[in-house]
Amino acid sequence: MQLSNRLIKWLISGPPLVFLLIFFVAPSLIMIVTSFRLPGEFGGLAPLTIFSEHTSIDSGLTLETYQFFLSDWIYLEIFLKSFFIATLTTIICIAMAYPLALLIANSPRKFRNLMIMLVVLPFASNFLIRVYAWMIILGPESTLSHVINHILGVLGLEPVTLLFSPFAVLIGMVYVHLPFMILPLYTNLEKHDPILLDAAQDLGANRWQQFWCVTWPLSLPGIFSGSALVFIPVLGMFAIPDILGGTGDIMIGNLIKDQFLGTRDWPFGSTLSIMLTIAVLGATVFFTWLARSVMRSP
Amino acid sequence: MKEIADIPEKTMRHSSPLLRLIAMLVYAFLYIPLCIVIVFSFNDSKLNAEWVGFTLHWYQTLWHDHEMLLAVRNSLFIACCASTSATILGTMAGLAIHRYKLKVLPILAFTPLAMPEILLGVSLLLFYLQVLNLTLGLLSIILAHTTFCIGFVAIIVRARLQGMDESIFEAARDLGATPWQAFYHVTLPLIKPAIIAGALMSFTLSIDDFVITFFTKGIGEPILPIQIYTMIKVAVTPEVNAISTLLMLLTLTLIILASRFDSSMLRDPSR
Repeated sequence: MQLSNRLIKWLISGPPLVFLLIFFVAPSLIMIVTSFRLPGEFGGLAPLTIFSEHTSIDSGLTLETYQFFLSDWIYLEIFLKSFFIATLTTIICIAMAYPLALLIANSPRKFRNLMIMLVVLPFASNFLIRVYAWMIILGPESTLSHVINHILGVLGLEPVTLLFSPFAVLIGMVYVHLPFMILPLYTNLEKHDPILLDAAQDLGANRWQQFWCVTWPLSLPGIFSGSALVFIPVLGMFAIPDILGGTGDIMIGNLIKDQFLGTRDWPFGSTLSIMLTIAVLGATVFFTWLARSVMRSP
Repeated sequence: MKEIADIPEKTMRHSSPLLRLIAMLVYAFLYIPLCIVIVFSFNDSKLNAEWVGFTLHWYQTLWHDHEMLLAVRNSLFIACCASTSATILGTMAGLAIHRYKLKVLPILAFTPLAMPEILLGVSLLLFYLQVLNLTLGLLSIILAHTTFCIGFVAIIVRARLQGMDESIFEAARDLGATPWQAFYHVTLPLIKPAIIAGALMSFTLSIDDFVITFFTKGIGEPILPIQIYTMIKVAVTPEVNAISTLLMLLTLTLIILASRFDSSMLRDPSR
């Protein structure tokens, strides 16, 4: 009996475990190893000497790529810029998602699922299509561009190009990630007990005080989990800057992509990927810590 | 929790006209871009700038674009294979995570969903080329898609199991059913909606995935998202709008179908 139960446990958990060990853990380990190696002359990797000779002194592993990363200010600058864009995207998403999530949470129960479904549906369409849509809207011949440049012309200002700019990148980022903020925020706001607001009102709080002193602090855990869901994918994004941004608007993701598909410098690409992983882990720890400290304080 | 509808009107504080206006604008922000893509797919002009007249020309162009049709076929094939394998493995993972106190499997299944896609794409590329010596092509994409879809299926299946009464499974065992009989006659019918929803979900994710496909694709075989990307980057014609509209129609149908089977999914697909 005991044996057969253990057998069943391994029969169920074994196959997915083995698959993920091969296709998730092993690739991650390979990437770590690759970051300590040297690039080959024609891209790819220099051969490892450890396999050909039995000398452990020269193993072909170096810290060179990490030194290279730190030696040039431009790479740190791109990392900082990516952090800045991710932070800005998160803040704009909070500002846009909050009113909608609040309204849905306060709507009659029968409408709520429909309203949430309306948030999820555009999110179900292809990622590239959603980015492409902004190429049309912001394009030089679009109505929006004409209107904005007409207004600028009337004010005596230089016309602007909307597409291929940091502004376009930011709009694209917000558009693609907004539902990630609305959903956790709504899940949080929906659980608030309206009795609390009644109590606040009875104690003389006006509408704004009720919001700032009751609803807002209680919704912080929802904001933080939404922030993690927006911040992390934005940090590693390469397609949106690639499609909507100009040549100067590159982020970490574009840098990584170029190492693998452009210059074919695998070790440096791996180093950058590991730096990105560390940044993502740092962000995850930060948001978890924020959410926990908020949960404890009241 | 109290039904909101039962509570007197005065407690509905957070629904002022201003709030409603802002919410409407956010909905407009979500929908207008997609509507523009759809409208311009019927526009009789080479430029995506202004409305000229109605035409089905771009859909006809699409129909004669062999490269694009091949890409659609390849992508459907990849999605079928990846969603089948991910549904089997993901259901097992969901069951195992729910039933046993496992430490490693949940981390392995859910981490790929929480990290930027580019990391999985890049590490798989290195793994394929360095270790497996695999020629990049349909197989490498199928394996990559399976890897990240397992977690989604596991989440949906586990959520379904958590809402279930475990005692019926034990009752079946007490009545003399073998573990397999108990699973086949009791657990499986109960989690079937979640399995179908998971399968449809991973099919959609596979068809839509751009980043991981971008890194694990080979040369030669056209894949739908890559084909769209190339068209956007190189030469935008309204043919992109036409294929986008059709693709939207397909994923929309799949998502609605999936939510029919498991209504909890539409509420929060991100977790």
